[in-house]
Amino acid sequence: MMKVLKVDAIRNGTVIDHIPAGRVQRVLAILKPRSTDIVMMGMNFPSKAMKKKDIIKIEGRELTKNEVNSIALIAPDAKVSIIRDFKVTHKSTVQIPERIEGLVVCPNPKCITNAEPMMTIFNLQDSSSRELACQYCERVFTADEMTHI
Amino acid sequence: MKHLISMRDLSADKTLQLLKLAKSLEKNPSQIDLSRRVMAAVFYEASTRTRMSFESAMKRLGGEVIAMVGTSGTSVEKGETLADTARVMARYSDIIVMRHPMEGAARYVSEQVDVPVVNAGDGANQHPTQSLLDLYTILKSQGTLEGLKLALVGDLKYGRTVHSLAYALAPFKPEFHFVSPKSLAMPSHILSDLRKMDIPFKETTKLDKIVNTTDIMYVTRIQRERFPDREEYEKVKNAYIITADLLKNAKDNMKVMHPLPRVNEITTDVDTTKYAYYFDQAENGVYMRQAILATLLGEAK
Repeated sequence: MMKVLKVDAIRNGTVIDHIPAGRVQRVLAILKPRSTDIVMMGMNFPSKAMKKKDIIKIEGRELTKNEVNSIALIAPDAKVSIIRDFKVTHKSTVQIPERIEGLVVCPNPKCITNAEPMMTIFNLQDSSSRELACQYCERVFTADEMTHI
Repeated sequence: MKHLISMRDLSADKTLQLLKLAKSLEKNPSQIDLSRRVMAAVFYEASTRTRMSFESAMKRLGGEVIAMVGTSGTSVEKGETLADTARVMARYSDIIVMRHPMEGAARYVSEQVDVPVVNAGDGANQHPTQSLLDLYTILKSQGTLEGLKLALVGDLKYGRTVHSLAYALAPFKPEFHFVSPKSLAMPSHILSDLRKMDIPFKETTKLDKIVNTTDIMYVTRIQRERFPDREEYEKVKNAYIITADLLKNAKDNMKVMHPLPRVNEITTDVDTTKYAYYFDQAENGVYMRQAILATLLGEAK
């Protein structure tokens, strides 16, 4: 069977591959595309490693390292490619940042961040077990327990 | 040290400095003069004991105290944010001592104001001045913090005091017995931290077996409000009652500690034994809080 491109290749921009199936909308919610970005969103593509995966292509915008890492909590195995003139010029994986500000809600209902108009701050405790400590209530959570703001 | 928010921020060196200063202030309180300094006690929930201990500490060093106790009738009730309340209190005072039911409240306030902030309890999270006064009490009664055998007794699941104490003592090679009903055992994340630090501990439901080998018996109250189920509370509430009879073969140096208030977990016949140390512990709180206030106000020599 012939391979068929299901989404258009992009000339310049960013491709995020290996997003866990079903999470593409959450990834986009974090990346907050601008009104000028052309975004292609693919869901439930077959994948050898993941069985099913989601993909995002953003034409005309190269994501910064910080932007890329901000999706690490929900798409830990994502592969990010920067495309220039149809060619991949840079490939990277995502890493949970040492410090995550204003991105996720503290799961502890008794945490002050859930009561006051303030920004949450989490500090990475252990990158292998993906544990983060709330700067305020000091509780430690795994990335899977977190919800994005 | 700008603020005192969490025992996690405190190095062993700083802890020892505070212990030393508390001891020196107990002997000679007139070495520090906090006159014309104002402490704001900002208590979002009532805690008579902790607040009065701080007030006593401040006043005995010549300082003044202003207080907000509970939020009824205050700007908080009108919808003022915590940050705004704190900013105003900071303009009225030289140091803020704060108790708040939400965890992390003191840390947040410390980021909003220029004056030092002391955490006097933030929900179930931290109560560092209690941990420090406990350390001071243990040091004073045993002459050392090193290599002691401690029995922590009662509600070890919800008891913030015993959690902090376990961490605060960790650098001094303690040996722990955790004595509690199974439903109120020490949380597993704390046990796993202790294992990582190579701190030996045993868990047991029986108190009588370990009484005669222990140096410090730290008793906590089993609180009714922790139990959604009244029946469950009734089952465990009288599990560990300390009586003079229970202590008859205890070591000479053994001391019974309790953060107070006690209800019935230590019978009054213990009060007159040489083992009773909980009222000394309360008094030690004043010396330790003097040391903390003096240090944060830049007056410690």
